[in-house]
Amino acid sequence: MMTPRAPMLEIRGLHARVGEKEILKGIDLLVRPGEVHAIMGPNGSGKSTLSQVLAGRETFEVTKGQVLYEGKDLLALAPEDRAAEGIFLAFQYPVEIPGVGNMHFLRTALNAVKRKHGQEELDAMDFLSLIKEKMKLVEMDQAFMNRPVNEGFSGGEKKRNEILQMAVLDPKLAILDETDSGLDIDALRIVASGVNALRHSDRAMLVITHYQRLLEYIIPDFVHVIAGGRIVKSGDRALAKELEKTGYAWVEGARA
Amino acid sequence: MSTPASTQTFEQLTRKEYEAGFVTDVESEQIPRGLDEDVVRLISRKKEEPEFMLEWRLRAFRHWLTMQEPTWAHVSYPKIDYQDIIYYSAPKKRPALGSLDEVDPEILRTYEKLGIPLEEQKRLANVAVDAVFDSVSVATTFKDKLGAMGVIFCSFSEAVKHHPELVKKYLGSVVPHTDNYFAALNSAVFSDGSFCFVPKGVRCPMELSTYFRINAAETGQFERTLIVAEDDAYVSYLEGCTAPMRDKNQLHAAVVELVALDRAQIKYSTVQNWYPGDKEGRGGIFNFVTKRGLCEGFRSRISWTQVETGSAITWKYPSCILKGDESVGEFYSVAVTNNRQQADTGTKMVHLGKNTKSTIISKGISAGRGQNTYRGLVKVNKGAQNARNYTQCDSLLIGSQCGAHTVPYIEVKNSSAKVEHEASTSKIGEDQLFYCRSRGIPEEDAVSMIVNGFCRKVFKELPMEFAVEAQKLLTVSLEGSVG
Repeated sequence: MMTPRAPMLEIRGLHARVGEKEILKGIDLLVRPGEVHAIMGPNGSGKSTLSQVLAGRETFEVTKGQVLYEGKDLLALAPEDRAAEGIFLAFQYPVEIPGVGNMHFLRTALNAVKRKHGQEELDAMDFLSLIKEKMKLVEMDQAFMNRPVNEGFSGGEKKRNEILQMAVLDPKLAILDETDSGLDIDALRIVASGVNALRHSDRAMLVITHYQRLLEYIIPDFVHVIAGGRIVKSGDRALAKELEKTGYAWVEGARA
Repeated sequence: MSTPASTQTFEQLTRKEYEAGFVTDVESEQIPRGLDEDVVRLISRKKEEPEFMLEWRLRAFRHWLTMQEPTWAHVSYPKIDYQDIIYYSAPKKRPALGSLDEVDPEILRTYEKLGIPLEEQKRLANVAVDAVFDSVSVATTFKDKLGAMGVIFCSFSEAVKHHPELVKKYLGSVVPHTDNYFAALNSAVFSDGSFCFVPKGVRCPMELSTYFRINAAETGQFERTLIVAEDDAYVSYLEGCTAPMRDKNQLHAAVVELVALDRAQIKYSTVQNWYPGDKEGRGGIFNFVTKRGLCEGFRSRISWTQVETGSAITWKYPSCILKGDESVGEFYSVAVTNNRQQADTGTKMVHLGKNTKSTIISKGISAGRGQNTYRGLVKVNKGAQNARNYTQCDSLLIGSQCGAHTVPYIEVKNSSAKVEHEASTSKIGEDQLFYCRSRGIPEEDAVSMIVNGFCRKVFKELPMEFAVEAQKLLTVSLEGSVG
């Protein structure tokens, strides 16, 4: 192996709470470009909170710790600025926006990011050819694009739509929050192959999941187990397999 | 939401100043404050009206004296002193109506500031504009072109002079002078307005448009509009309003009457952006409007589309009387209340004929401390066999200090009727905003996008140029109102 590249994401002693309830109790994590990290853990362990804190959701208050993204203080940025800097969160529960066309939404998003970087915005025609290309990744047809954002989408369609957005926005750090939940085996395969197509030596991914199943399709470089708001164990893919056998019971016991 | 960042934007957005607030310096001719029979006579005399008009006004005035101001609407405002209002005001230098060159340059500049220069309208938009400036029409365009097709489009005063038989026949035929307090007042003192007559079989080739503008301080505006479409005629009419910033409340009580004969179709679209008052609710227009369309003929059709973003108080129920068999009535509405604005608006669909159909799509948006009420009546009379109504009534709340209310009345006296009512109330979700922002869309743009999506069903009913204006207006009205 070559000398490791400079970290893209460095989480140090991150504490976060919602209201009075502390959920993250000291997360430490280091992610380099090109790496895929799986974050596993039982329900309520703080997996989703971690993903939302990284994306900038204001419901959660960071009380302690630091997050450096490409060496800069990530927590100081508004969610839209984090997106512009290349962070993408694929939602566990993608949100419906009635009356707003999927195509319009995605073009607005892409152009907002481009505007921030002083780049030329895409007109409708250019965007159409871009999206046509990207839709192939997740086997979506154009009818999707004319429907309102996520409204009336099936569970699988919503998740494919998330991956499509990711493909269009081309992030440096993609966070997939339980992208496998609620998917049947075919949808899971489509979503996973979309994600795999987007693996890149300059792109890092945090794959948050409860189950090992997804990791059969998206092979992680590292696996971390989170419990009680802390990472209690880290390892490679074998750790995920072990969890499959033993479940999370031992993890509960490992909580401080 | 209560997070600090959102609250801040919320305040920034709600602080947005009214953009059309300025006063044009044109000498106005006014009559003294107050209202009695002499004032009514004076108005009629100033307008050189025939006797039947004066008689009509006086009947309305005498009836008005017997009436009480209605209190059932969900709005509250200081008591209006009807004797403290100037009931007539006209620009002194009244130009000939030949060409725009003769119009007072001050007035033209006003339109330019508003971004609605008549010249541009004529050249680019293919819109004939009858501009009502402070109660008197100062410019009427395209009249000749329309005239060649037999379409009459002029100020109400001109119609009284040149087409008294039509005015006599239709004035008050849909909204009688006894109809309600504000309609009676309007009937007594109305200053001017628009008149449109589309004869048999004529499809009016362009959108007809009127920009109303209140100018002289403390002058009540009492517009009167009458549109008649004869058999197989079609007309689309656009009404848009902006008003300059003022300290004192201004009363506006307009009446609009539409008559559609056999197979005739009238589309009436409004974008209303009167001065809403300041953040604390000082100033702002009181907008008490009576709008009603009569689907008199077989298969006639009347559509009301309104985007109401202005006024301190809005009291307005554009309605359809579906008298002709198989006639169709439609109401599409977006009403926005921000800061201290109050709106009580909706429609009445009265089914009298057989196989009549009505559609109601109402979108209420409340932000700041705004109060927004949908009030609607669907009435199916005994003889209205197979009447159909579909009502969809949605409210969107932005922030936690505003209110949305829905008051649907349904009266069905014929068992073959099918009446559907759907209603929803939602908040702009923190989750929706976060979703947009996490994709790189700034918060203000996200709000505008979500709200425009919410209103889409209504906006698509608007003529193209209006739809664009309406979206802009909505964005401006709601800027800073996110929470």
